Order: sequence, then structure tokens, then C-alpha cells
Amino acid sequence: MTHETLISALYVFALAAFLGYQVISRVPPLLHTPLMSATNAISGISLVGSIVTAGANYSTVSTILGVIAVACSTTNVVGGFVITDRMLKMFKRKEIAKKE
Amino acid sequence: MNADDADMICVIRVHLRLIMQTYFIEFSYLLASILFILGLKGLSHPETAKRGMHLAEFGMLMAIVGTLMHHEIVTYTWILIGLAIGSVVGLAMGVWVPMTAMPQRTALSHAFGAFAAALVGISEFFKHGGHLEPVMMGALGFEVILGALTTTGRLLAFAKLQGLVRGTPMTYKGQNIFNMTLLAVTVGIFIYLIVVPGSMPLFFTMVGLAFIFGLLLVMPIGSADMPVVMSLLNSYAGLASAATGFVLSNKVLIIAGTLDGFSGFILSILMCRAMNRSITNVLFGAFGSAATAGAAGELQGSMREVGLEDIATQLAYANKVIFVPGYGLATAQAQHAVRELADVLEKRGVTVKYGIHPVAGRMPGHMNVVLAEANVPYSALY
Repeated sequence: MTHETLISALYVFALAAFLGYQVISRVPPLLHTPLMSATNAISGISLVGSIVTAGANYSTVSTILGVIAVACSTTNVVGGFVITDRMLKMFKRKEIAKKE
Repeated sequence: MNADDADMICVIRVHLRLIMQTYFIEFSYLLASILFILGLKGLSHPETAKRGMHLAEFGMLMAIVGTLMHHEIVTYTWILIGLAIGSVVGLAMGVWVPMTAMPQRTALSHAFGAFAAALVGISEFFKHGGHLEPVMMGALGFEVILGALTTTGRLLAFAKLQGLVRGTPMTYKGQNIFNMTLLAVTVGIFIYLIVVPGSMPLFFTMVGLAFIFGLLLVMPIGSADMPVVMSLLNSYAGLASAATGFVLSNKVLIIAGTLDGFSGFILSILMCRAMNRSITNVLFGAFGSAATAGAAGELQGSMREVGLEDIATQLAYANKVIFVPGYGLATAQAQHAVRELADVLEKRGVTVKYGIHPVAGRMPGHMNVVLAEANVPYSALY
């Protein structure tokens, strides 16, 4: 890793942290559980790293670890998004909730 | 055209393809990052939340498609097998888990995610044979330590919430000192590895200690304090992902990980503020004694069983009724009964509202979801 890439990575980190603070603090307590399960799904982005590790054929150990990592993070991503969707479907406005 | 020219053209072609690939991948990551942010922004209101999540899902798909173009990938078989297994397990978990068991589900799923981050870190270490620059080693160490301790911490949280082990705090003499010593040793090895890289056994000792530390961290925490730990571990897992981003110089990992890390951090601070306690108090105070005392008090009081009609008649004399649900409501599956009661009351012209404490339930906002399941409109939830 060169110094330039490190510095640009730090920039990205700092800006993302700032943005995260701004965005997350606007989420009402009502939606905290969906928020948690959504960020949970998004943190499964380590799938991206796992995919390269699993497919790149560095060594057998790497591939095995990679495949397990892919399976684990896919579980995280798919499970997280499915459950968030299911939860959000239940939040209804008054009139709609009444009809059921 | 002579042979030299043909070679030259070939080299240029390969080079161009590589550049195109890199641009395509980076573009898909940029798109994914933007979509993640928009998705989380959508969560600021229930009406926009669903669309926001669809954006985030699309973003994830883009990131995966982009990654599959990566030039280092030589075989897709293993990737597809991993994706298939993960999708099936994740889908099963997502579809069949009842709303009241949401905290456990999130804990388990998060354990998987953190484990993946730790594994990627370990395999990166293998790939470089342990000889890494200090900066890289630093990021990689953070990644595996945070990933490992989140994995076991989450698993124990899952076991506690699911009732597989006792939910009460497990404490013993000198616990804090022992934990701190263990942490100090882990950090010590970590610093040594940054200065003198390359030692496999030390690296694995560090990973092992981090796994153990995760267990020790959650052990003294009672079920009632789980919301704080849940969001704190959420934060750690996010930071582990961000550290992976530093190791792989992958911007989307840094962005998504940081977003997750901060959301967990903000949530845990909110939870602590709502309980009038500091984070250190929750983590190291083994404060569960207060929770047990509360439960004992309940047992001493006499329980009165009331029918729906009785209580409705009594409450109907009021103008406004506010329900204050707790975790008991979720375990007893009483949310539908409460909803029926509210219906009866509303028919008699009583204003019904729900007052929900920020840490009610076993994870942030848990009671809101449980009540929403019983068709309580979100406008009545406070």
C-alpha cells in the first residue's frame, strides 16, 4: 500500500464517518430495528473481499477460507435484507392498518 | 504486419481490457456506495424506508457483479457454491424467524458476517506469508481482532437471547482484571506483529485470544442490557469491514463498513443515554443485578388475570390510554391481545397510544416491530 492510497483511504473513511453520523442520527427510534438489520446486511459487503479470496486461487487454504467466508457473508446479506423487507412491510399507516 | 507488431497489439489489448475492467469494478463500487447511503437515508421515515432498502439491495447486487469481473478470479465454481449455500441459509433464516426472535436472528447473522471478515483477514495474511508492511499489518490486525471478537461475542449473545444459556450475567472474582489482561496481551501481540511481522504462531495466538475475548466480553452482560451490546458489536463488525477495506484498498468496503460502524456506535450511545448509564458502566459494571432485583419484585406482587372485556370496561372511563410494552409482551406473544384491547377502546372513543422506551425489548426499537406485526399503525407508536 503506497502512502497515496492510504491517505485517500483515510479521506474516504473520515467522510463516510461524517456522512454516517448525519444520516443515522435522523433515523427515528421507530425504525431502529430495521436500521440495525439493514446495516447488518450492508456490512455483509465483506462478501466482496471473500469472493476475490475464494476465486483467486492463491493457495488451497485461501480458497477454503474464502468459500466459507463467501457462504457466511452471503447468509448475512440475504438474511439481513429479507428480514428488513419483512419488517418494513409491517409498518403501516393508520388507514391501511385499519382495513386489515 | 510483422510478429513484433502483433505482440505489441496483443499486449495493448490485454492492458486495455484490464483498465476497462478496473473502471467497471470501481464504477459499480461507487454506485453501490451511493445506493447504500441513499438506502440508509430512506430509513429516516417509514414511508420511504422500503424504497430505500430496495436501493441498498440493488447496490449490493451491483457490488457483487462488479467483483465477479475482478481479474484475479480464475475459477467461479467455488464462489457459486459459497453464494448458493449462503443464499439458502440466509433466506431460510429470513423467512422463518418470528418477529419476537428478531434480536437472536440479527445476532446470529451478524456473527456470520464478522466471521467472514476475520477469515478474509486470515487468508490475506496467508497470501502474503505474514510479511506485510506496518500499515497493512495494522489494518489487517484490526480486521481479524474485531472480526473474531464480534463472532464469538455475537454467538454468545445469540445463545443468551435464545435461552440456550442463562441470560443472567455471569461474573466471577477478578473478571475485569482478567479481561483487561487478556486484552492487553492481545494488543501487545498485535503491536509486536506490526513492528516485527511474519510470525505465524503469534498471529494465530492473537486471533485465538480475540475469539476468547469476545466470549468474555458478553459473559457478564445480562439479557436486559443486550440492546447496548447488540449495537456495540454491530459497530465492531462494521469497523472490521472498514479495516478489510483498508487491507484490500477497497473503497466500498470502507464506506459500507464505516456506515455500519457509526450506526452501531450512535445506537449504543442512544441506548445508554436512555438508561441513564455510561457505556463503561454497561460493559464493565456487570450491572445485571438491578435487572434481577426487578424481576424478583414482580414475583412478589400478586398477579391479577383480567379478561379483555373487563379491562376494556375499566379503561373506557379514561380519555387517553397509553400502553407501555416491555419484553414480556413479546415473549408472551401478547401484542395481538393488546391490539384487540386497543380496538375495543378506540371504538368507545378512547385515544390509544403506545409509549415505548428506547431500550424496551432485546434490541433497539424491538417493541416497535413487535407491535407493528400486530397491525398497530406506526403513527400511534411513540
